[in-house]
Amino acid sequence: MSCEYARTTLHGYLDGELDAARSAEFERHLESCRECATALAAEESLRSSLQRSGLYEQASVSLRKKTRTELDGATSSPVPRRIPAWRWLAVGASILVVAAVSWYVWPRPGTGGAASAPFTAAELIDAHVRSLQPGHLTDVASTDQHTVKPWFDGKLDYAPPVKDYADEGFPLVGGRLDVLAGRNVAAVVYARRKHVINVFVLPTKEPDTPIHPPGLRQGYQWLHWRRQGMEYCAVSDVSLSDLHELAQLIYQ
Amino acid sequence: MSGFDQGRSSDVLDVHERARFEQLVLPHLDAAFNLARWLLKRREDSEDVTQEAMLRAFRFFRGFHGGDGRAWLLQIVRNTCYTWLEKNRPGELMTEFDEELHLQPSVTPESLAISGDNRERLGRALETLPPRFREVLVLRELEGCSYKEIAAITAIPIGTVMSALARARQRLQRALTQTPAQEASREL
Repeated sequence: MSCEYARTTLHGYLDGELDAARSAEFERHLESCRECATALAAEESLRSSLQRSGLYEQASVSLRKKTRTELDGATSSPVPRRIPAWRWLAVGASILVVAAVSWYVWPRPGTGGAASAPFTAAELIDAHVRSLQPGHLTDVASTDQHTVKPWFDGKLDYAPPVKDYADEGFPLVGGRLDVLAGRNVAAVVYARRKHVINVFVLPTKEPDTPIHPPGLRQGYQWLHWRRQGMEYCAVSDVSLSDLHELAQLIYQ
Repeated sequence: MSGFDQGRSSDVLDVHERARFEQLVLPHLDAAFNLARWLLKRREDSEDVTQEAMLRAFRFFRGFHGGDGRAWLLQIVRNTCYTWLEKNRPGELMTEFDEELHLQPSVTPESLAISGDNRERLGRALETLPPRFREVLVLRELEGCSYKEIAAITAIPIGTVMSALARARQRLQRALTQTPAQEASREL
């Protein structure tokens, strides 16, 4: 390689890191230098191969869970756990069984059936993860249900039930307008110790269903149910028993 | 170490710090694992080291005063990976000082013909590069980091990120064109 430009400047140009003047200078050079033109084409081809190759490796669910467990150990917990260890074992075992089953029975889009939710598990988890990004959790931050509930008025064509369960250990954090499967839905946000729980609420014409067997994906769990013309989906990384407790409070 | 003040570590953080950590740092767990995976190559090692780095990040979290949570985390992941390599595979860190001697021209017609779905071939070629070349490519091409972020994560002066990438790409082109016959026979 003899051209000095091809050694470095070409890469700054490829990466969009040159200022306007240097970029223009390189483009002028490119018109007359065949070596650089060939090299640029080769680098662009290499880049697109790398980016299309699927080489990006994501963290596994087990790594996600192990990391959370480690972090739990390094976080001071204000509320001591009262539940004896054998019960956690039982809960753990049932989570595994139920998660394994529901992975297959969670309705896929287009399969129809009375129990199918109008959105997929992936959309649900995405919405939950998105809400955890800085500044995205709530549009209205308040522990007062009389502030959060009216906030949804005029933003949606239905009125989602909003109640604070602070006394039961699930304080209301606020509300948010979210999008699931292309439609606006209400997200009511609760806290459980160090964790966030999103409850998505949207209207339905389907009959009531009990709290649905849970699903598990990317370390997050969800529960689904229908009650009095509303469809609910609660998503979080809290334990299944905690999530179920909140679901039952809302279901009553 | 350049870039960020990691501050003093503390063993236990309170729930508010945990909530902030969940918002600012934990969403970058995939980025952390991907960098570790390409530095350490083996999945099991990468999982262990990522986990260790996440815990270290959490303990140093009080020293993080906002800004780019991903770059802050990746800097810690990278340091944890190098410490691990020095201890467990010191040989891999020794191979990179002679590269100036046999830097060859690399752009050839063959290198233009890399098929986009040739994941295994690209992955293997990437793994033959010394870690310091591999990491800038992973950060730039897979993670989409800017030069500024790459400088902060890798402690390379920002003025030399461009030439580091230039050399890394040259090495990768060469690794891809050096073994075509071998690859063909393996794929048949």
